[in-house]
Amino acid sequence: MELGVKLASIFFSMILVNNYVLVKFLGICPFLGVSKKLDSAVGMSCAVIFVMVLATLVTFPIQIFLLDANDLGYLQTIVFILIIAVLVQLIEIILKKYMPPLYNSLGVYLPLITTNCCVLGVTVLNVDNYAADVVKYGFGFAYAESLICAAGAGFGFMLAMVLFSGVRKRVEAANCPECFKGLPITLVSASITSLSFMGFGGIIENIFGV
Amino acid sequence: MSISIAIVLVTVVGLLGAIILVLAAKFMSVYEDPRVGEVTECLPGANCGGCGFAGCADYAKAVVEGKAPVNKCAVGGAACAAAIGKVMGVEAGSSDPVHAVVNCQGQTDVCKPKYEYQGIQSCAAAAALFGGPKACSFACLGLGDCVKACKFGAISVVDGKAKVDVSKCVGCGACAAACPKHVISMRTMAAKPVVLCSNHERGAAVNKACSKGCIACGLCVKNCPEQAITLDNFLAKIDYSKCTGCGTCVSKCPKKVILMPADFE
Repeated sequence: MELGVKLASIFFSMILVNNYVLVKFLGICPFLGVSKKLDSAVGMSCAVIFVMVLATLVTFPIQIFLLDANDLGYLQTIVFILIIAVLVQLIEIILKKYMPPLYNSLGVYLPLITTNCCVLGVTVLNVDNYAADVVKYGFGFAYAESLICAAGAGFGFMLAMVLFSGVRKRVEAANCPECFKGLPITLVSASITSLSFMGFGGIIENIFGV
Repeated sequence: MSISIAIVLVTVVGLLGAIILVLAAKFMSVYEDPRVGEVTECLPGANCGGCGFAGCADYAKAVVEGKAPVNKCAVGGAACAAAIGKVMGVEAGSSDPVHAVVNCQGQTDVCKPKYEYQGIQSCAAAAALFGGPKACSFACLGLGDCVKACKFGAISVVDGKAKVDVSKCVGCGACAAACPKHVISMRTMAAKPVVLCSNHERGAAVNKACSKGCIACGLCVKNCPEQAITLDNFLAKIDYSKCTGCGTCVSKCPKKVILMPADFE
């Protein structure tokens, strides 16, 4: 029971408190680039959720059983980049062959994710945060924690994208000074959106009591 | 010692990844008609959507699948149609190039404002408020929805009315689709007269709103030697299949609403 609560708290804290885009400032490129329209924001977010979970699924055991077991923890970044790149390419090929509808909706965004810092960040931070739990709770639970964390991070990304695409629509229609038009006002509104997420600090601790 | 393990490990991971990708690409490759790529190469790549498809690649796919004729690309014109026809092994046929034309002469000094508009700077938003801020409810609002829609920079707003730069216009029709007042239409590039008004009201109402509107007097209808002009709901309408471009209507029109392209472009 206690472990279940812990998993739930991880999931929601990744969405609200530790939002990857708005609080940790990872994945800003797609956040600004693909949030112009709601459709593409949702498509990109779905692809990110998908890839984040799959990348964690593969990289976490590799870190524990291959790198840490051989005292090669410092190779983490280079190996993870390799694996994520291969994984995304593989997913693209598989989707193209077996799930054309899904490929048509996600396909454009998959290559964008190949070298996305957001995905690498999730896998690396998962290892940082939960590798210690392997000794404490066993590998299974630490693995579950990191997967839940990846899914939460993905949904947090989606929340940020969807919220911000709405904000952008409003900003585009607004009559703002000429010198602010385009990217400047977008960055200003992004920072305000990010500030608003500061308000969630501490909420998870209070709800779940962890 | 540990450095050799590190090198070996990264090499093995990289090689494994490469092998997996090569195998996947070999066994799960999807056959794609090479002609799709070739046809896409022939297209201008502006993705304007003037052909009615989502973009150039989408149109190329439709052409290869036989769902679309080869001469639908207004931007590329005849040269493009011929190139695609070569790839597909069919005759291009003739594609009639068109240009956008704004069927309105209601600049701010001609068509007076009805009220002062201070809302969102978009024609669609302004049109939703009592049909827009111009006295004529058919007039170009001049807030530039067409300017935003044009991918080729061919439209600008001059004196509160959209103006098409014919040298840049490719005839994709994006502006006509974006205009909430439907005041932009596509015309052939041949030297034939154009009715520069969209007002379907009676003459008196037109006169009150605008000094350059079609008052449906019918002089053009009576004088046209080819009977190419009719009055459609109090607005002159030219049937271009009959029009020879003689210019009689241009000289007869008392309001100077029917003009030759050379006179207003």
